Amino acid sequence: MWTTITEFVDRYHQLLLDGIRDTLVMTITSFFFAYVLGLFLGVLLVISKPHGIRPNRACNVIVGWIVNIGRAIPFIILMISIMPLTKAIMGTKLGVKGAIFPLIVSAAPFVARMVETSLSEIDAGVIEASQAMGATTWQIIRKVYLPESLPSLILGGSVSFVTIFAYTTMAGAVGAGGLGDIAIRYGYNRYEADVLWVTVVLLILLVEIAQAIFNWLSRKTDRRIRR
Amino acid sequence: MIEVRSLSKNYKMKSQEFTAIRDVNLTIQDGDCFGIIGMSGAGKSTLVRCLNLLEKPSSGSILIDGKDITHYQGKELLALRRSMGMIFQKFNLLMQRTILENVMLPMEICGVKKETRRKRAAELLDLVGLGDQADKYPVQLSGGQQQRVSIARALANDPRVLLCDEPTSALDSLTTNTILKLLRDINRKMGVTVVIITHEISVVEKICNRMAVIDGSVIVEQGDVNDIINAPTQEITKKLLGRVNWDA
Repeated sequence: MWTTITEFVDRYHQLLLDGIRDTLVMTITSFFFAYVLGLFLGVLLVISKPHGIRPNRACNVIVGWIVNIGRAIPFIILMISIMPLTKAIMGTKLGVKGAIFPLIVSAAPFVARMVETSLSEIDAGVIEASQAMGATTWQIIRKVYLPESLPSLILGGSVSFVTIFAYTTMAGAVGAGGLGDIAIRYGYNRYEADVLWVTVVLLILLVEIAQAIFNWLSRKTDRRIRR
Repeated sequence: MIEVRSLSKNYKMKSQEFTAIRDVNLTIQDGDCFGIIGMSGAGKSTLVRCLNLLEKPSSGSILIDGKDITHYQGKELLALRRSMGMIFQKFNLLMQRTILENVMLPMEICGVKKETRRKRAAELLDLVGLGDQADKYPVQLSGGQQQRVSIARALANDPRVLLCDEPTSALDSLTTNTILKLLRDINRKMGVTVVIITHEISVVEKICNRMAVIDGSVIVEQGDVNDIINAPTQEITKKLLGRVNWDA
């Protein structure tokens, strides 16, 4: 038993470590850019609503469409269909680098909806109070909407993060690298079930760790919890 | 002086038109503590929100010191709102800020320097009797304490007018009295004009010098508080005063 384990580690540890690294690089980089873009779109959605702080029907409808279209296309289809664009922007459509661009495009609309939900949770009375103070639209976004919804934004961020994490394993199917790639190449194509199962366990562990960090951050920042 | 002239506000709910206030005329003098009383749904909340243009009137006009503010927009509108304070039934404090930071917010909005606003906010918390709680968060305070914070916040930019939308309706009667005393002191000692919306006659009796009664979207009676309470002319006023004939 023990020798089997040491043999397995000897043979595959470099492969698996590289896989973890690739998966984390893809997930974290895409998450960062998708979040910035999604935050922007989500804020636009909330403030431009009919009873928002800056009602604008055209803006609301157009951003709504963009987000819905982005959400409607499954990641793997989107990745294949924007490959020429990916190559033009990233210089390659392959590997970790080639996966990041479609991951951002696919996840940003998802993030936008999560942000919209978090911001909508804020009591309308608090927004009204800040309007009564004579706050500008930008001041209300920066001083009220974002800080007041921070704990909820962080929890929403964890959902977005895990979604992107899951997308990276699909990107693996078309040669992006990472744990998804390993699971398919070794586990599926070469029937090496032990590699497949170790990969699955690693994926679960990474998600658990990420979720725990997000939960801790959300609790840590939430001042509504009595201590 | 605030003069409200033939003010109306209609809402469109789908295809139906709904009137919140109709042809309202009011004069609020500097230094008044002006009570606007009515039952729920009478339109009193809409009326007070028109005074700082949180609601855009459909017709009529509002004059402040003779200047027509009804169509203020952009910078003028922001400046108008910054010259008024407002408090609410549900306090509407920011839950993720300490109470000191809550009181600093209106000053941040007006671009007051950090040192100045910290000092001023601490003074205001002292004024409302919460100087020793500055670093607490709203969730750690009682309703009455939260309303005190919101009063301190409303006073941050030295407003000439304080608008109060049902300020004591979420509070018990004992706490109500301490909040009313605070509002009376702000009115009498600091000379801030107070406009107070309520459905409780006792609030008007305790601190107001002038009052208006609103019923079914229109003002049915207005004048000195003592005159109206001693000799109400309208049925609704008598009802609000609690003078009900149970056998009728």
